[in-house]
Amino acid sequence: MAEPVIHLQDLCKTYRVPEREPGMRAALGSLFHRKMKEVKAVDGLTFDLARGEMVGFLGPNGAGKTTTLKMLSGLLHPTGGEVKVLGSIPWKRERDYLRQITLVMGQRSQLVWDIPAADSFELNRVIYRLPVVDYQRTLKELTDLLELGPLLSKPVRNLSLGERMKCEIAAALLHRPQVVFLDEPTIGLDVTMQRRIRSFLSEYNQRYEATILLTSHYMADVEALSRRVIVIHHGKLLFDGDLAKLVQKFTAHKTIIVQLGDCSADLHSYGEVINCEAGRWTLRVPKDRTARITEKLLADLPVIDLLVEDPPIEEVIDLVFTQGSS
Amino acid sequence: MTPGSEIRHLFRLYGQQFKTTFASMVQYRASLVIWMISQVLEPLIYLIVWSTVSNGSGGSVGGYTARGFAAYYLVFMVVNQFTYTWIMWEYEYRVRQGYLSFALLKPVHPIHSDISDNLSSKLLTLPIILIVAGIMALIFRPTASMTLWSGLVFIPALILAFLVRFLVEWTLALAAFWTTRVNAINQVYFVMMLFLAGQIAPLSLFPAWIQTIANILPFRWMLGFPVQLLLGQLTPVQTLEGLVAQVAWVIASLVLLRVAWRAGVRVYSAVGG
Repeated sequence: MAEPVIHLQDLCKTYRVPEREPGMRAALGSLFHRKMKEVKAVDGLTFDLARGEMVGFLGPNGAGKTTTLKMLSGLLHPTGGEVKVLGSIPWKRERDYLRQITLVMGQRSQLVWDIPAADSFELNRVIYRLPVVDYQRTLKELTDLLELGPLLSKPVRNLSLGERMKCEIAAALLHRPQVVFLDEPTIGLDVTMQRRIRSFLSEYNQRYEATILLTSHYMADVEALSRRVIVIHHGKLLFDGDLAKLVQKFTAHKTIIVQLGDCSADLHSYGEVINCEAGRWTLRVPKDRTARITEKLLADLPVIDLLVEDPPIEEVIDLVFTQGSS
Repeated sequence: MTPGSEIRHLFRLYGQQFKTTFASMVQYRASLVIWMISQVLEPLIYLIVWSTVSNGSGGSVGGYTARGFAAYYLVFMVVNQFTYTWIMWEYEYRVRQGYLSFALLKPVHPIHSDISDNLSSKLLTLPIILIVAGIMALIFRPTASMTLWSGLVFIPALILAFLVRFLVEWTLALAAFWTTRVNAINQVYFVMMLFLAGQIAPLSLFPAWIQTIANILPFRWMLGFPVQLLLGQLTPVQTLEGLVAQVAWVIASLVLLRVAWRAGVRVYSAVGG
């Protein structure tokens, strides 16, 4: 079997943070000796990624996702366990290693604010020592795929959030990294832009056989991009496997939203009524009966509109956590 | 990687950074003008104050006439412009905003982009400062006893002054890794600079014990020394001593920088950015 591109074994990261009780006395006391508290951000993670895999990395805020990505990219030093990416130890940040990876952070920017993205791209070309021919070819591909054309010549500060994010991603991929870490790349973007970035990422993944690990809050991201998901909570692994299995395993329900004329009807016989506002009913139904109930609703009632939804990722994850920790 | 190709790479990097810096600077023409005014105003104030004092006390103070002060502060303005950095004001912001994370993940040391950014902006602003200094020279009519040799040695002394100042300030800027209160450090630093670099007054006007301190600390070697050298106020022996002190400070600050950088990055990778 080929060696995994990303390998984690019992990876740990413990932060030491100063701890202080509220109040004057404690404030004075902390002048002399600071009490430190240990916080386990990542607590014994083990998983492997093979070449060309695209994996969704899920967990609630503070679960340790960003900390893990930072350890993988080389920004953070682990406090325990083993981590290897492309055969290198990330935190050594050897130049040959850095040339093969990239980290995109949805909430951070590497582009120079005052100048057009094209100028920042040129700077990256020189920093990564890219031959001009290769660089121009990659730039052209990225420009086409992400539809960057008119954006490249505008100062970055004049771009919208979504436009800037596309440029951020392009800047991070100009050196064609084999391993791509993305931390919330679609955060705050509208649905169209999210979709564009998603389709781009899967295109990049297939075209270059790049290994991609991404975190996201949006179920749609994860559903569209990765078959495999890794879920962590309190720094520990909760689930590692097929997305379909995750949803199946942890959610037995779907949500049906029915638009009727008003809220006067009684829909309790169809499923659990969550609420009704201005004729818009939200029902929770067992997953295996969704089709039949939908059919029945359409046949029985003057339905204006009907929508069947998977529970949002937060809900699925919530279920994973409650069931996982019990 | 051979050393030759490494150097060629750095040249290309500096060239590209020049274009980036240039593009950024022309975006902010108004703030550029405001900044230039502040660069000119400060030495101008000292110049006017000291000229008045010297005229009021029989035409000279500590050997400086009004026109001698004019020469001192006009050269000071140019040397300050050539050597000054803004890194100490910027580093905390970089650490806090995560720019440093991106810089650490690039296959090149972050100091290179700062050196080249600094040099690039100097290249663009220096001609303007020289023109301003020329105009002010017409108004204040400076005098100095410049010699050919001091003019020639001034060039390496100026470059060394830039290196000392850049390396010391880059090292001190790394305090941002340990504390979020870098402003306090900066304040202390700039007050010492004010007195010990020959900024508020030429160092020869200070008592001997302050001059001794100034000779030990790096500030004089960043500013006062090249100014005095160009104005022909130093003997060949004093000049040589100054150059040795500059080289010593370049070496010392390089060592300090390396140590502080490694320790700082270790802290950064322990706590995260």
